Amino acid sequence: MAYLELNNVSKSFGGASVLKDVNLAVEQGEFVAIVGFSGAGKTTLISMIAGLLKPTSGSLKLNGREITEPGPDRGIVFQNYSLLPWLTVFENILLAAEAVNPNWSPDKLKEHVEKYIAMVNLTPARNKKPSELSGGMRQRVSVARALAMNPQILLLDEPLSALDALTRATLQDEISRIWSEDKKTVVLITNDPDEGIYLADRIIPLTAGPNATLGPSFKVGIPRPRDRKSINHNEHFKQLRRDIVEFMLGSKSERHTAITKKMILPDIEPEDLNIPRTMTAWRKTPIRKREQKEESVEVKP
Amino acid sequence: MKSFKFDWLVLPLIGVAVVLLLWQASCATWAKDLPTPAKTWEISKPYIMEPFAKRGEMDQGILRFTWYSLILVAKGYFLALVIGTPIGFFLGLSKTFTKAFDPIIQVLRPVSPLAWLPLGLVLFMGAGKNASELGALFTIAICSMWPTVLNTAVGVRAIPQDYLNVAKVLKLSRTKTLFKVLIPASLPYMFTGFRLSLGIAWLVIVAAEMLTGRPGVGGFLWQEYNALIYEHIILCIVTIGVVGFILDRLMSLVEKKFKTA
Repeated sequence: MAYLELNNVSKSFGGASVLKDVNLAVEQGEFVAIVGFSGAGKTTLISMIAGLLKPTSGSLKLNGREITEPGPDRGIVFQNYSLLPWLTVFENILLAAEAVNPNWSPDKLKEHVEKYIAMVNLTPARNKKPSELSGGMRQRVSVARALAMNPQILLLDEPLSALDALTRATLQDEISRIWSEDKKTVVLITNDPDEGIYLADRIIPLTAGPNATLGPSFKVGIPRPRDRKSINHNEHFKQLRRDIVEFMLGSKSERHTAITKKMILPDIEPEDLNIPRTMTAWRKTPIRKREQKEESVEVKP
Repeated sequence: MKSFKFDWLVLPLIGVAVVLLLWQASCATWAKDLPTPAKTWEISKPYIMEPFAKRGEMDQGILRFTWYSLILVAKGYFLALVIGTPIGFFLGLSKTFTKAFDPIIQVLRPVSPLAWLPLGLVLFMGAGKNASELGALFTIAICSMWPTVLNTAVGVRAIPQDYLNVAKVLKLSRTKTLFKVLIPASLPYMFTGFRLSLGIAWLVIVAAEMLTGRPGVGGFLWQEYNALIYEHIILCIVTIGVVGFILDRLMSLVEKKFKTA
């Protein structure tokens, strides 16, 4: 049995079905990337794994146990960092460490927190508030906070999408390094196939929404440590990228969305000018009532 | 208009001068009983020059009166915060609580201090000579707590889902969520409420003192009206205004500190 298992998970909000029949199996220690278009339901998917949302149907299991609520066994790095702005870097991470290890002595907690601050290279900024940090630094704090919980699985929800290209590359390297150090199970959500290929063992595209579901998984056979410069010329990398992008674009073009609209035709009865206007003219009902017409339009993206 | 050197000082002085001129003109034309600015200054001088003098129960320096008023306001205001903040939190956190109590709050909120004070005096009639103080405290608290209640409620409702998610993922206990997430996140709103409440508390004190005849700025004002010393009415009005302004500025300084958070 796989470590993290999703069985026929569907989620709809109100009447709108976002995810349909999502199946996923992640082994322990595996780094899986889920690539998808924006708005496809990636964040919904990871929120369900985190336990922040409940699936409409289907089941999610971590280590054989049903996921019913959020918990510190699943460290999550949110897309928008979600740091508490009134706490310093140190305090933000301490809050997480304390919550998970309530019995530790203050010294041990401090040491633990310092270790993770150092791991993401933020020791000089440990006493700063999030508002004093750049986007990349905030995301590092967020990563350190998730890691300091010592979770069984790390959920990264588009952690780098708000950053500029250079910072993103640096942080990708850092995530890669940290992962190689303690081989945690990681689910990375991203909208960038390159990022997925560079970091993950396996890439699974999410088809375009609504009713998005996971496509076939693509194994990344590029040996680690991967080198950012040479990887671009790697034939396997190029082939993978082509396949994934093709699959994703294909899933989008298959979609023929039909929009049915109720159209109201205006009163088009011309006024007979030979009839003299009277005071009651405005009360005259139109001879032809408003006409309603259903029309269906096929939309291709 | 272009700004020039010292405009921050010169322009307000011009404003004051215009008002003084209008005042003087009013004295000369339609308001014959209104003391002129010069007369007001002359009669008020002893009260300003010896601000802490105590010549009798109702004849004291203006700052001494102000001090009495401030003490009473501080007590009532503190009471308002202690009662109002938790109510605000409940309103913000629970939809059921809001549905149950919001209508009655909306009905009580616009009631004037002048209407509450007699009720306060009735409530504490048994307290003997403390009755007027307790009644005044009751009035200040009940009138000034509404902005705190409502702003706290709004602040709690406005806490971003992100922060709540963090608390959920970390499985923080209820108390920890309250002190580490809910309170810090709603503090800026709460302080806006606190500032508005303080303004109202200061408004209420004058009414309360006038009705109860307690020594203080408001009590002094009413007494001097009865004693036909109209100059002191103006002195009191100016004092009340200046103190209210200073209180508001002080609170907004504190508020700003928390806004950055």
